[in-house]
Amino acid sequence: MTNKTILHAKHIEAGAKMVDFFGWDMPINYGSQIEEHHAVRRDAGMFDVSHMTIVDVKGVQAQAYLRHLLANDVVKLQDKGKALYSGMLNEAGGVVDDLIVYFFDETNYRLVVNSATKEKDLNWLNLQTKGFDVTITERDEFAMIAVQGPNAKAQACKLFSAAQQEAVAGMKPFYGVQAEDLFIATTGYTGEAGYEIMVPNAHAADFWQQLLDLGVTPCGLGARDTLRLEAGMNLYGQDMDETISPLAANMGWTISWEPEDRYFIGRDVLTQQRAEGTDQLVGLVMKEKGVLRAGQKVTVAGGEGVITSGTFSPTLGHSVALARVSHTVTDTAEVEMRKKWVTVDVVKPSFVRNGKSVL
Amino acid sequence: MSNIPAELRYASTHEWVRPEGNGIFTVGITEHAQELLGDMVFLDLPDEGDEIATGDDVAVAESVKAASDVYAPISGEVIAINEDLEDSPELVNTDPYGDGWMFKVKADDAGEVESLLTADGYAESIEDE
Repeated sequence: MTNKTILHAKHIEAGAKMVDFFGWDMPINYGSQIEEHHAVRRDAGMFDVSHMTIVDVKGVQAQAYLRHLLANDVVKLQDKGKALYSGMLNEAGGVVDDLIVYFFDETNYRLVVNSATKEKDLNWLNLQTKGFDVTITERDEFAMIAVQGPNAKAQACKLFSAAQQEAVAGMKPFYGVQAEDLFIATTGYTGEAGYEIMVPNAHAADFWQQLLDLGVTPCGLGARDTLRLEAGMNLYGQDMDETISPLAANMGWTISWEPEDRYFIGRDVLTQQRAEGTDQLVGLVMKEKGVLRAGQKVTVAGGEGVITSGTFSPTLGHSVALARVSHTVTDTAEVEMRKKWVTVDVVKPSFVRNGKSVL
Repeated sequence: MSNIPAELRYASTHEWVRPEGNGIFTVGITEHAQELLGDMVFLDLPDEGDEIATGDDVAVAESVKAASDVYAPISGEVIAINEDLEDSPELVNTDPYGDGWMFKVKADDAGEVESLLTADGYAESIEDE
C-alpha cells in the first residue's frame, strides 16, 4: 500500500515524475531537477513535505522527557517558538533519527521527524515515555509545504492574513509560530531563507495552487537532495543511521555535554567515543569532470572511508560529496571512481549558503 | 510513450544511429534513455580519430542520477564529436535526436547498420524492460 500526501493530485496535475520514497509516492521532479534547484537558489521554490511526521509532546514532564530522549538539550529553548535540531539516539549511541523540536512552553513541544522512519520513531517515542507524565500525539491532520529561496518569504507572505503577517514579521531563523490556521516556521532544508508551513489538510491544495499562481516553482525530491547536500545537511539513512555515532556524522555540535549530570540516551557510549576519537564526516570537492556518488571508496592519509552522499552541484557547476573517513584531517583525498583513483579536495561539510559558494 | 523517430536505427543499449551518406553515421542516445537518466551534467565523449568497435563503451553520459556508459552501435572511426555538449550537456535532454547528438562515425561497413533495431523493434525492446 503506497501512501499519498494530500497534495498528490496536484503533483500529477503538474506532470511530476513520481517515485516511491520509503512507501510514499512522491515527486522526484516536475521536468528538470536542475531548473528546480536554481529556482530555489535564485527565486522561490516549494516542496511538498507532508510525508514528514509531526508529533506533539505535551505534559507536565514534557521537558524532562525530551532532556532524556534527545542529545541536544531543550533547556536551551527559552523563547516561545524557538526550534532546535537534535539527534535522537539509541543506547549504543547510534542515531535513531534526526529531528527538529519547537518549544512553546515547558509542557508543550512539537517535533518534526522523518517519514522514512515514522513507525520506528513513534515506537521509540512511546517506549521512552515510561516513567514520564507526557502524551505523544501524531498530528496527521496537517500537510506541510516548504517555501524556500531568496524571494520565498515575500511570496508566501502574500497568502498570509494580516494577523499571520504580523506574527512572522521579524521572526528570526529557526523559530515557529501558530498563527490562525497555519503553523509557520523559519526552518528549511536548502540553505536558503524561507518557511516551512503546516497547513490543515483541507486547505493544503488551495494553498499550493495559490503559491503556484504567484510563480513559486514546484520542486521535487531530486532538487531537495542537491540543495540540502550543497548546504551540507545530512540525510537520515544515508549520512547517518542507527549504526553511526553523531560524532561521525558532523552532529557533534548538536550534543549538549553540559550539564554533566544530565543523562540522555546514548550518553555513556558517546562519552567514551569522544575520548577515543571517531570517524568524521567531511566535505569533498571535485572540480574536474565527473560526479562523486554515494558508496564510492575514499582514502585519506592514514585511513579510508566512504562517500555517504554525492552529487553534481548545480550552483557550483562541479561535484561535491559528504564522506565518512577515519579520524584524520588531510587537505586531499583519493576517490575510486569508475575504476580510477581521483584526487579531490577535503573541506568542511558545507558548500553553498544563501545562493553563494562558501568554498 | 517517448518519441522514437521512424527514420533512425537503434541499439538495444539505447543509442540511435542516423545515416548521413558516404558511410557516415551520427550517434546519440534516445529520448527514453535521457528520461531514465534525468538532467545531464557531463558528457565524456570519445576523441576524433578513435577506432571504435561495436559494443565498446566509448562515452559516458553522467546525469544528476547516475553515470551511464554509451556503447558504440557500429564499428568505425570517430570523425566528429559534438563539442557543444561540453558547455550544454542539457541538449541531450532537450533535443536528444537533434542538437544533443554525441559523435559521428565513418563506418567500417555501412551495411552493419542494417543489423540494428528498427524504431518498432526498439519500441518493443523498451516495453519489455
